[in-house]
Amino acid sequence: MSFISFSFLAFFAVLFCLYYVIPRRFQWMLLLLGSYVFYLFGGVQYIGYILVTTLSTYLLARRLGTLHASQDAYLAAHKKELDREAKKAYKAGVKRRMWKWLLLGLFLNFGILAVIKYLDFGIQNLNAILGLFGAGQLGLFRFALPLGISFYTFQSMGYLIDVYRGKTQAEKNLGKFALFVSFFPQILQGPISRFDQLAPTLFAEHAFDSRNVSFGLQRMLWGFFKKVVIADRVAVAVQAIVTTRTDAGDPAYTGLFVLLGLVLYAIQIYGDFTGGIDITIGMAQMLGVKLPENFERPYFSKSIAEYWRRWHMTLGEWFKDYLFYPLSICRPMMKLANFSRRKFGDKIGKRVTVYISTLAVWFTTGLWHGAAWNFVVWGLLNGVIILISYELEPLYRRFHAKFHVEKHFAYRLFQVGRTFLLMGALRMLDVYHDVGLTFRMLGSIFTAPNFAALGDAALLEGLGLTAGDVAVVALGVVVMLAVSLAGRRGSVRVRLAARPFVLRYCLFFLLTLVILVFGAYGIGYNASDFIYSVF
Amino acid sequence: MKKKAILIGVATVLLFALCFAFLQMLLMPKYMSAPYLEGAMIQEYYDNAGGNDVVFIGDCEVYENFSPITLWEEYGIPSYIRGSAQQYIWQSYYLLEETLRYETPKVVVFNVLSMKYDATQSEPYNRMLLDGMKWSPTKVQAVRACIEASERAGVHETFLSYVFPLLRFHSRWSDLGSDDVEYLFSRRTVTHNGYLMRVDVNPVEYIPTPDYLAPEDAQLPAICYDYLDRMTKLCQDNGIELVLIKAPSVLPFWYDVWDAQMEEYAAQHGLAYYNFLDEEHLTASGIDYSTDTYDGGLHLNLSGAEKMSVYFGKILQERFDLPDRRGDAALAAKWQEKADAYYAMEADQRREIEEYGYPVSYALPPES
Repeated sequence: MSFISFSFLAFFAVLFCLYYVIPRRFQWMLLLLGSYVFYLFGGVQYIGYILVTTLSTYLLARRLGTLHASQDAYLAAHKKELDREAKKAYKAGVKRRMWKWLLLGLFLNFGILAVIKYLDFGIQNLNAILGLFGAGQLGLFRFALPLGISFYTFQSMGYLIDVYRGKTQAEKNLGKFALFVSFFPQILQGPISRFDQLAPTLFAEHAFDSRNVSFGLQRMLWGFFKKVVIADRVAVAVQAIVTTRTDAGDPAYTGLFVLLGLVLYAIQIYGDFTGGIDITIGMAQMLGVKLPENFERPYFSKSIAEYWRRWHMTLGEWFKDYLFYPLSICRPMMKLANFSRRKFGDKIGKRVTVYISTLAVWFTTGLWHGAAWNFVVWGLLNGVIILISYELEPLYRRFHAKFHVEKHFAYRLFQVGRTFLLMGALRMLDVYHDVGLTFRMLGSIFTAPNFAALGDAALLEGLGLTAGDVAVVALGVVVMLAVSLAGRRGSVRVRLAARPFVLRYCLFFLLTLVILVFGAYGIGYNASDFIYSVF
Repeated sequence: MKKKAILIGVATVLLFALCFAFLQMLLMPKYMSAPYLEGAMIQEYYDNAGGNDVVFIGDCEVYENFSPITLWEEYGIPSYIRGSAQQYIWQSYYLLEETLRYETPKVVVFNVLSMKYDATQSEPYNRMLLDGMKWSPTKVQAVRACIEASERAGVHETFLSYVFPLLRFHSRWSDLGSDDVEYLFSRRTVTHNGYLMRVDVNPVEYIPTPDYLAPEDAQLPAICYDYLDRMTKLCQDNGIELVLIKAPSVLPFWYDVWDAQMEEYAAQHGLAYYNFLDEEHLTASGIDYSTDTYDGGLHLNLSGAEKMSVYFGKILQERFDLPDRRGDAALAAKWQEKADAYYAMEADQRREIEEYGYPVSYALPPES
């Protein structure tokens, strides 16, 4: 049941009405029921996976919670008898036991994810190696990917680690925990929430708040606009650029068309993903639930590192908190850092852990996006570019100090444009799904731009966009840009709320009618699923 | 304060509904120009409902091949053709059911070509029929049946898009033309009691040999029999004679194996079945494929439709004892008006053919 289907809207409308009619103490139960109904619509056969993750995480977190509690109780009871060393030894003993339970949870749940999502990828690579030696090939399992498995696994494991760290109390109510794992607005494409942030708002009793409902609805509308009017319309042209072949089997769109595809895909994925998150957050807000933001005008970033602090923020923070930092300070890494310092000096020594942790994070980020080499290369390239930028930082500083261009609008625009194009180029790996082809196509922008082809009527027609479509996309992008710019000065909705209601309502009517009329949905359109819902 | 808020809320909803309705009216196809006139046919019935002794139900093989005006002028039989482009049998059934809410004819004529389709062949034809139907429990069932038929063809339609056709036709914003403005609030009549007139001639060059019929296609689909059974029962329950026909079209092929099944069905259920492709009927009706078709034998032109009507009208009157109602002055006056419009259109088409080589207001240029 896609968010952009009428059946989903009907489902949400019914749930929304019930939510504010039933006694408030039952609200979370209704959300749980709704979440499982939503999940079952995605495929009855997948329910087992989410149940295993929910139950195992719940039980293990409870176990960790019990260990924490018993440790606290023991230490409190023996406060006077135990010296510092004894306390430390006791804590270490408990920690070792907790570590085993944590590892069990991580292995089990990441194991499920690995088998479902990555086993075939591993076998394919193994087959490629076996092929080199003329050995036989192993069969693929072709598991169907359960709905939102990457998102709910990461969210659950984040919770388990937080309980292990003592940062979060283990949830005692299985139903409430099941809701945290399966909350339907966010299960498809995030944001990946933290238990301590989400639980208070998710399990709370919510009275009908017209402002919340109105703001949530507005945000949903805005999301629909980005997804249905812009992203799905642009998707047609992106697909054409990427998949159209000449009679000889070569890509039909090369050179400057690849550049066009790069820009169009940037528009598509922005509209698709941020639109989907707007719908998600808006929907949750209508229910009184506050979800974390996932974007902060990412295309205004002046560097890739900054871009990743503003794009899919909850995933970035997850990797930072649960992979980068633990990896950077784990015992083997510390030993390696010390060894490197001794062997190669401070300058290199201190970089070793940063480099390894960064590349590990980006390798995993790539894999998280998909079990294919194009995603792995995409992830690693992001990491490499961030490290190069890190190394070039002193050079930039000297350049800025000498020329004083940092504050100049034109220079900042250059930085934003550079980041946009660089990220767009990397993203083409996601579009072509083929590392070699992606680099060939990106290369063709420089080696064979073919300006004349831009006037080729057949090629332009092949993009599948009419003049009207181009006008809608262009206007849509201008509106998105304007709203993004306006958003820098604070919430657009808050400012709109201060305007006369006639203006507000006219604006929302207009937006609704624009979505209804100009949306790329229904027969005649192949409405795309949300790109991130397949991760 | 609360009163004001309610008023604002109501006004808001009304304003939105108004804008929505206007956009829907604007964006829905008007079917007022060739070659999409068929989309306007279904709703024309409501202006002519009642008092018909014969009602034809079916696809283009009824609305192009029989002329109610001729039936009236020759035999005094008031009739109406509830036809639509590529009408599937489940659509025919529900159209018949709906028709019976307005009148009870003595004879219902059903063209059996659609017996060969077990799924929707083209979604726009669903729209052309269903969007023209008035809302009723019958239409609800018709929509459901059509959606199921589309699903069988792998096309996903939604019920909601029939309730709010804007959801289907929203993308027409880039195709809006003068018709969309001209016929925003009013329509013109495009048929003559359901008959879609074409007077031009495009003869049959040769009679093509039938394509190979796969064994799995030899048996007419069970779902079609189901609807035919329902149609038969509906007629029986209402004391209506159901007549099955196969119109005299060269294409699409009507295979002997299908014909035999229809003959068998008619015999089993005591129905009349006429295959006008049979030589005896073609000879007796005087159909001449060199003068009586406007598209190489797919459909008859005015000349062919009038010949068929003269021929079939006689059969209907004799076999089913249909009264000649030309003596009813009020009815005769009404039909005279229809005949005047009919002959005016014929003259207009002949003038356009004379002037432009083809009826420009009624058809696309011959080469297209």
